[in-house]
Amino acid sequence: MLRIIVILIAASFVAAPGVAGATDAANPDADFKAFRDYFTKRFPNVPLTDFVNGPYSMDSGLRKQWEAIEDFPPYDFAVDHGKEMFATPFKNGKTYGDCFPNKGIGVRQNYPYFDVKAGEVVTLELALNRCREANGETPFSYVKDEMASLTAYMAFTSRGKAFDIKIPDDPRALAAYENGERYFYTRRGQLNFSCASCHVQSAGQHIRTEVLAPALGILNAMPIYRSEWGSMGTISRRFVTCNSQVRGVPLEPQDENYRDVEYFLSYMANGLPVSGPGARP
Amino acid sequence: MRLAFATVGLLLFGIASQTQAASTTQAEFDAAVAAANSAEKDAGVLKNRWTTTEQALASAKKAAAAGDFDTAVKEAQRAEALAKASIAQAKEQDATWKAAVLR
Repeated sequence: MLRIIVILIAASFVAAPGVAGATDAANPDADFKAFRDYFTKRFPNVPLTDFVNGPYSMDSGLRKQWEAIEDFPPYDFAVDHGKEMFATPFKNGKTYGDCFPNKGIGVRQNYPYFDVKAGEVVTLELALNRCREANGETPFSYVKDEMASLTAYMAFTSRGKAFDIKIPDDPRALAAYENGERYFYTRRGQLNFSCASCHVQSAGQHIRTEVLAPALGILNAMPIYRSEWGSMGTISRRFVTCNSQVRGVPLEPQDENYRDVEYFLSYMANGLPVSGPGARP
Repeated sequence: MRLAFATVGLLLFGIASQTQAASTTQAEFDAAVAAANSAEKDAGVLKNRWTTTEQALASAKKAAAAGDFDTAVKEAQRAEALAKASIAQAKEQDATWKAAVLR
């Protein structure tokens, strides 16, 4: 018990940048500018578009390893698998392409989006499983395997395209954005860490042998092959793992909070290129 | 004969004492685990459960199943403390998260 108290007290003293009034309403434009300013001023030698390469933009040694890995990318099998799945019709004869604009090619940068009819954030992973269900197929696990392959292929066809996440003029969309922002900055788990504790306040620093990726552009490389996992993982897998690592019980993949934090982070990455699928240590 | 009665009496007393102690500890465990479960349920409503609470609850139930009620009660009480800390964290963060937002 004493150890818990010590951890909680110690973590509560970790510096939080940009302290502001607690009653401010959500302002995505101001957040966007502040977010970008923070990272570009803190890492003035990192080109803006390089933030999407996560830890490799922060550490020259890791970058050399990554450049060597890219000669034979470990995500290639997933891209091929996803391409094959994309081309294979469902039992009813339709394909994934029938569920997406431009047949699903080169559209990754537009996800997640706020669906004004349903009043919710729709991620690429959610859209893919809804596509399957609408065509009489069972949904895939959200965290790896087939879902990772499908999103890897869709990201691959979108490489270089700038994130273009919109917040429609709808109070529900703004509420979803703010909920995502809240989730991002809220401390949780016994270790009392927020997403921002690692990926804003400690970006570029080591946590054991790992270099913490900056939050700016952190989703642009998804899905990723992680050597730690020995397999591909989706954005859902990343969120679930992050929660577990701070000793928090993860939410269900595609929980509203996870979709909203993806919405918030993707909006912060607007203008930055899709670099996925990626490879990480 | 008197010795035999005395021996049987002592045995019965011993058994009764053990049963009494086990029964009391089981009741304490039931109360402790109920309190822990209740707090953890509240943490779940706030979507802020901790893995360590779940582990402590599992340890408590495992110890109880093995008849080790001393450990079971301690683990259940630890689970309750952890669950209450997670609730306090969620409430505190709900009021303060905006202070961490980049401006």
